Amino acid sequence: MSNLILQAGTLWMREIVRFVRQRSRVTGALLQPLLFWLVLGAGLAASFQPSGMPKGTGYAEYFYPGVIMLVLLFTAIFGTVSTIEDRREGFLQGVLVAPVSRTTVVMGQALGGTTLALVQGLIFLVLAPFAGIHLTLAAVLVSGAMMAVIAFALTSIGLIIAWRMESTQGFHVIVNMILIPVWLLSGAFFPQTGVPAWLEWPMRLNPLSYGMSALRRALYLGQPESFCSLTSFHWSVVVSIVFAVAMFAMAARVARHSSPV
Amino acid sequence: MSIFSSASNVAAREPEPRPETPALEASGLSFSYGGGHQALSDVNFAVARGEIFGFLGPNGGGKTTLFRLLSTLIPIQSGEIRVLGHDFRSGTLAIRCRMGIVFQHPSVDGKLTVAENLAHHGHLYGISGRRLRERSAAMLERLGLATRAADRVETLSGGLRRRVELAKALLHEPRLLLLDEPSTGLDPVARREFFGYLHHLREIDGVTIVLTTHHMEEAERCDRIAILNQGRMVATAPPGELKSQVGGDVIVIRAPEPEMLQRKLMHQLKLASTMVDGMIRIERPRGHELVREMVDAFGSEIDSVTFGKPTLEDVFVHLTGHQFATSEAGDPS
Repeated sequence: MSNLILQAGTLWMREIVRFVRQRSRVTGALLQPLLFWLVLGAGLAASFQPSGMPKGTGYAEYFYPGVIMLVLLFTAIFGTVSTIEDRREGFLQGVLVAPVSRTTVVMGQALGGTTLALVQGLIFLVLAPFAGIHLTLAAVLVSGAMMAVIAFALTSIGLIIAWRMESTQGFHVIVNMILIPVWLLSGAFFPQTGVPAWLEWPMRLNPLSYGMSALRRALYLGQPESFCSLTSFHWSVVVSIVFAVAMFAMAARVARHSSPV
Repeated sequence: MSIFSSASNVAAREPEPRPETPALEASGLSFSYGGGHQALSDVNFAVARGEIFGFLGPNGGGKTTLFRLLSTLIPIQSGEIRVLGHDFRSGTLAIRCRMGIVFQHPSVDGKLTVAENLAHHGHLYGISGRRLRERSAAMLERLGLATRAADRVETLSGGLRRRVELAKALLHEPRLLLLDEPSTGLDPVARREFFGYLHHLREIDGVTIVLTTHHMEEAERCDRIAILNQGRMVATAPPGELKSQVGGDVIVIRAPEPEMLQRKLMHQLKLASTMVDGMIRIERPRGHELVREMVDAFGSEIDSVTFGKPTLEDVFVHLTGHQFATSEAGDPS
C-alpha cells in the first residue's frame, strides 16, 4: 500500500512541478475562459434572460459557473494530452517498464490533473463578486469539493482519450467534436428549461449537466434563492461522483490494454 | 538499513540464481503486427551473465520489436523469454525490478532537474528516503554528474543527458541492463566514453548488458553479437569469429558494366564472384595479389576497386546477400 502511494504520489508531484515551470500553460488555461466570459457575458446581457433562474439574474452571472466548468475542462484536457507523446518518446516510457501497475499510473495522472484544474478553478472564484455572486466560506468549500469531483471526471475522460490515441492531432478533433458539445449541453451556456425536446433529452442524459447543477447550487449555498429548475443538490452530487468513479475505472482499463506500438 | 518493503529490496533478499542460469534467454520468439507483417520469426538466444551482447541489424530488421518485447512494453505472442530464470508471463514484476532500461528516445523529463528525475524513478521502484539519497548520490558521482544535480535536464548537452538516462536506469541496481540504440545522437567521442562506461559497469558490478544497434563500431565492442535480418537471426558469435567466416580479404569492384566484367572475370581469371547491389564482390585470401592482376587485365573497364579485411558489414553481406544500408527500411538517421 505504501508503495502505491509513493508511486502515484511521485507521478502526481511531477504533474504539479511541470505545470508550475511552464507559466504559459497557467495563463493559457485561465485567459481563454476569462475572455469568453467577458465578451459573451457583456454581449448577450441585453438579449438574454435565463429561464428558470431567479429574477434579475443577468447573463454574465448565469454564464459564470459555466466558465468555471470550461476552466476545469481546459486544464484537465490539455494536461492529459501530453500522455500521447510522453509514452512513446518521453518520461512515460520509463514508467511503463517500472514495477508499477497501470491503475496506479492513471491514478497519479488523474490526481495531478485534478489538482491543477482545481487550483485554476479556485483562482477563477476570485471573480465571483464581479459576476454578482456573493460567496460565503461554506460556498467556497463546497464549490471547491464539487470542482474537484468534476475535474477528476474530466481528467479521467482526457486520459481515456489520450491512452487510446496515437497522435495529438486526433486528440484535438475529439476535443472539438465531443468535449466542447458536451460542455455546451451541460447547462453551462444556456439553461435546460424551455429548450425543445430534442435538445432537452441530450442535456438531461449528459452527466456533466449534473456536475453543472451541483456547482451552480454550491456557489449560491446558504442563499435563499432557489433554482426550482435544477436537479436537486443531493442527486447532482451523487450522479457526479458516480460518473467520476466510472470514468476513472474506464481510464485505468484503457491504460491497461494500451501498448505503445 | 531502513525498513520498508520495496520491490527492489525483495529482489535483494532473494538468493542469486545459479551461476549457469543465463541472464536472458529467449526461445521460439515470434511476433507479427496487425497487418500481417511478421516482425520476428523464431528467434532463439541465450545471454550469459556478465556478457555484453548486441543485436545488430538494419532498421526494420526486427530490433525495435525485440527491444519492446524484452523491455515488457508489448506482450509476448509466441515463444518464451526468461530473465535470470524468471518467466516473462508469470514473473513480469520480478523481471521489471531486475532490469534497467535505456530507451533510444529520452525518457528523462527535461523540465525536471537531474536529481528530481532520479527521485521519481526511485519512487516508482519503491526506493525512497535515505536509500534514495544514497543511491542517487552514488550514481551521480559515478557518472560525473554530481555538480549538475540541480540543473534542469533540458539545459544539458546530449552526452550528459545520455548519462542521466544511464544513471536513472542503474539507480535500482538492476542485474540486466537493456539499451536501445544507445549511441543515438552522440558524437564519436561521447560514444566511446559511453561504451567505456558500460565495460566498466560490467567489470565492477557484473551487470549483464544487452543492446540493439545498427552501428558497426558499437557492435565491435560487444562480446558477442546476433545479426538480425528481416526478423530472423542469421548468426550469433563474437565479432572476430564472424569476420573470420568471411573468406580472407574482401574486394569490391565498381564498373560501368558490372555483368559483363563479372563474366570476363569468370572466363579469363576463373574468379567466382557475387553481385551485390550492382557491385562485384569477391572474398578470398591474399586479395592484394588479385587486385593487381585484375587491374592489369581489365583496368579500362573498372571504375574503382576497394580492398580490405572483412568488417561486420562484410559479414552481413556474406550472410544475407544484401548491403547493410540498402536493407534499411526508412532509416531515421
